[in-house]
Amino acid sequence: MGDKTDVWQGTLALMVLKTLESMGPLHGYGIARRIEQTSGDLLTLNYGTLYPALLRLEQEGAITSEWGQSENNRRAKFYSLTRTGHRLLNKEARSWEQTTAILARFLAPSEEA
Amino acid sequence: MINRLRAWLDKLNGVVPGQEQELDFSSELESHLQLHIDDNLRSGMAPEEARRNAILKLGGIESTKQAHRETRTFPLLETTVQDIRYALRQLRRSPGFTATAVLMLGLGIGASIAIFAFVDAALIKPLPYADPTRLADVAEHGVAFPRSNISYQDFRDWQRLNKVFSSVEAYTGGGFLLATPSGVEPVPAARVTDGFFRVLGIHLMLGRDFYSGEDQPNAPATTILTYGSWQRRFGGRKEVIGETVNLSGTPTTIIGVLPEDFLFPPRGSAEFWTTVHQLSSCEKRRSCHNLFAIGRLKDGVSFETAQTEMAAIAKQLEIQYPGSNRDQGAHIAPLPELMVGTIRPILLVLLAGACLLLVIACVNVASLLLVRSESRRREFAVRGALGASPSRLIRQFITEGFVLVGAGTVAGLAAGYFAIRLLLGLVSKDMLSSMPYLSRLGLTPHVLGFTVVIALLAAGIFSLTPVLRLPTAAMREALNDGDRGSAGTLWRRLGANLVVLELTIAVVLLVGAGLLGKSFYRLLHVDLAFDPGNLATLFVSLPTTTYNKDELVVTAAHKIIDRVSTLPGVTSAAITSTLPVSGNGNTDWIRVVGHPFHGEHNEVNEREVSTDYFKTIRAQLLRGRLLTQQDDATRPRVTVINKAFADKYFPGEDPIGKKYGNGDLAPDSIKEIVGIVDNIRESSLDEAIWPAEYKAHNQDADSFFALVVRTSGDAKSILPSLSTAVHQVDPGIGTLNELTMQQRINDSQTAYLHRSAAWLVGGFAALALILGVIGLYGVIAYSVSQRTREIGVRMALGAQRGTVYQLILREASILTVVGITAGILCALGASTLLRGLLFQIRTWDISTLAFVAVVLGASALIASYIPAHRAASINPVEALRAE
Repeated sequence: MGDKTDVWQGTLALMVLKTLESMGPLHGYGIARRIEQTSGDLLTLNYGTLYPALLRLEQEGAITSEWGQSENNRRAKFYSLTRTGHRLLNKEARSWEQTTAILARFLAPSEEA
Repeated sequence: MINRLRAWLDKLNGVVPGQEQELDFSSELESHLQLHIDDNLRSGMAPEEARRNAILKLGGIESTKQAHRETRTFPLLETTVQDIRYALRQLRRSPGFTATAVLMLGLGIGASIAIFAFVDAALIKPLPYADPTRLADVAEHGVAFPRSNISYQDFRDWQRLNKVFSSVEAYTGGGFLLATPSGVEPVPAARVTDGFFRVLGIHLMLGRDFYSGEDQPNAPATTILTYGSWQRRFGGRKEVIGETVNLSGTPTTIIGVLPEDFLFPPRGSAEFWTTVHQLSSCEKRRSCHNLFAIGRLKDGVSFETAQTEMAAIAKQLEIQYPGSNRDQGAHIAPLPELMVGTIRPILLVLLAGACLLLVIACVNVASLLLVRSESRRREFAVRGALGASPSRLIRQFITEGFVLVGAGTVAGLAAGYFAIRLLLGLVSKDMLSSMPYLSRLGLTPHVLGFTVVIALLAAGIFSLTPVLRLPTAAMREALNDGDRGSAGTLWRRLGANLVVLELTIAVVLLVGAGLLGKSFYRLLHVDLAFDPGNLATLFVSLPTTTYNKDELVVTAAHKIIDRVSTLPGVTSAAITSTLPVSGNGNTDWIRVVGHPFHGEHNEVNEREVSTDYFKTIRAQLLRGRLLTQQDDATRPRVTVINKAFADKYFPGEDPIGKKYGNGDLAPDSIKEIVGIVDNIRESSLDEAIWPAEYKAHNQDADSFFALVVRTSGDAKSILPSLSTAVHQVDPGIGTLNELTMQQRINDSQTAYLHRSAAWLVGGFAALALILGVIGLYGVIAYSVSQRTREIGVRMALGAQRGTVYQLILREASILTVVGITAGILCALGASTLLRGLLFQIRTWDISTLAFVAVVLGASALIASYIPAHRAASINPVEALRAE
């Protein structure tokens, strides 16, 4: 069970980092909605699972948080990418691309056969 | 990596419950929900629906908080802190249970620690020599003694001829008269060959070791001090090196000081170490044996090889010197064996006893825990229903076990520490000098390691027992009913097994204690053939520089006896070369005139005594006459022999008037037997009686002897005035070790070892009995409380009180009988371990077994009578109404 969560959380973390990179500082709810939208609503996210992932990224120094005002004047905690986060994103993205590329190669012939 | 570390530190920080973070996250969630609700409202949901949907999408507020919390810190650590706090609260709530459990564990662990500390000091810690396992005890092997002294001449031949030892060195005891400000004082010493300390690998703390060749006759007199002697007698001054000290009239140069941790059990009390450069008269004769030796095996040489080679050398010497060396073989054994051999079996038995006690204590605490877990079933069912996972509940039990064991271990360490002090205090000074390694006792790393191991084992047992009983499946049922029926029976069966185990162990310990106690009693009541009551004794050492002729020694001895006889309360006084009950040894080889002789060694104990000796110790004359004042140097030599002597060498003959001498029947060795006395116990209490000869001190004087004084009143009161009286004869005479005969017997090593074994195992057994009976009581009482309703029904249906008694007592007696039977079977097996420690008693001593069975049976009956009585007094109406 631990393994699965790790993979999932690893992917989730990557999505969070990418979202923050493209959107700039954003609160948790916004991140969650953005991820769902980007996935073309293929992914349904339990929003609760986002917060441990955010906390872990913050503990690793990849993101920082700050309380601020939302667009409709609600108080919300905004997360933004740090320099470490940028580096991490690049690294993770590269390794993810590699993984998917390798997997794609594996899967392609078997489909043909 | 750095990121990982930072996250880890953050988490560690999070272990301290942070109110701030909790609040922060609550408001973050609140804002999240608000934002979501806003969106939902905008898309046209009803307010209530909007909120419900937001929470649903989040996946629950509390579980999200929990997940966040767990990320914030190490969940295990946090909940463990919680568990410990909860466990402490639980234990505080039932102080009776906690106190009992901690006390039992403390006793068990304390006893084990104390005994283990002895085992560690004596058996585990290596002796303070370089590579002690390569050191050998080198001795001769005679017909009567498997390990006997080696003669100086033989030793030098062995040293020269052997190829198995890198070096062999000899040692022997000795004593000097040392002039001190408070008068002449005899001090124990040792004489060694020059390389003695080098063989052991001892480096002197101060000064230098003996030079090679310093043990030769022309070498100057030099001595090395022990650390203790240096501190006590010379104030620990460094300038003492090179100073001259007067040892029995010989000016001797102090050349060195031994390190503080130096010990050599065979000569544990020696304060001055000198070389054997001045050979005693004994050492000049090949037939006189007074040394022992130590050797260091060469690389690759085994003890067996050494034994074979030394035996071959001994054989060669036997051919070369048939007169003196007949049947003199070699005895090679590991040196540590010699030093700790006697104490090992006792220590191992005690350790086994202590561990059994610990097992009982653990079992008792475990069954207490079981009873508690039973009564806490509802609590755990509730906690389970409220969402505690089974693993969390199990962890709670484990935590409680650890907390309990932790407290027990602390109590045990304290108890163990005091037990060590107490036991050490009981060891007499003489004993301590023959077992100097006991001075290394204490809570050493080994002992602490042992403590940790037993604590972990105990903690394991305690956490597992309730877990076995944690009814995860039956949890819901437990919620439903008050708890009765199947679960109760199951526990009763498990608890009953535990009680049987306890009773079994108690029987084993009781039988052990019974056997040891009985054997100790027999030992103290062994036939001495003299009356040790009201006898005062004192060793006297005449300075040989002044008393250099036999006549002078004889006159001085007479003066001392006469002077002491005039003391008030003294009824008679005498001297002997060796006190009774000090052990076989100091022997003479004899040959009876007119009997066939082939050079065999007829070994007899040799004692020189004064005229009134037999009268003073009240030994019985069987035939002939005793020694008289007329038997002096001017008259033919006469002896009195003991009964064993007569039986062995004169079977079917009358020994009176017969003559014997040494192996060559040298004219000055011929003695005539004038009387036969009873077998006075010269040997130690557990040794066999040997033939003995009593020569007249008047005819065969020795400057070192023991004074024996019979008093009309308590012998203790006269002890102080004895040495004063001796010093009135000549202040230059040394005296030492004034004790009553009874004290000497009670403090002898044999008596001490037997006594301590009997008392300690007895103590363990008593505790085991108490704990076992408490355990039985617990099980029966619990069973009664569980069966209240059943008994109520029975009584309502017409059962008599007698039947109820029977019901309960039957349950108890089945457990007891099974326990006693199993115990006796185990005890029979276990007591073979004791065989070496028992004296005149067999391991299957029926009376001991029967006694133990009766004691345990009776105690068990009493313990189960109380709950049985309670059961019989149940009011059926109330019992039925209660549930």
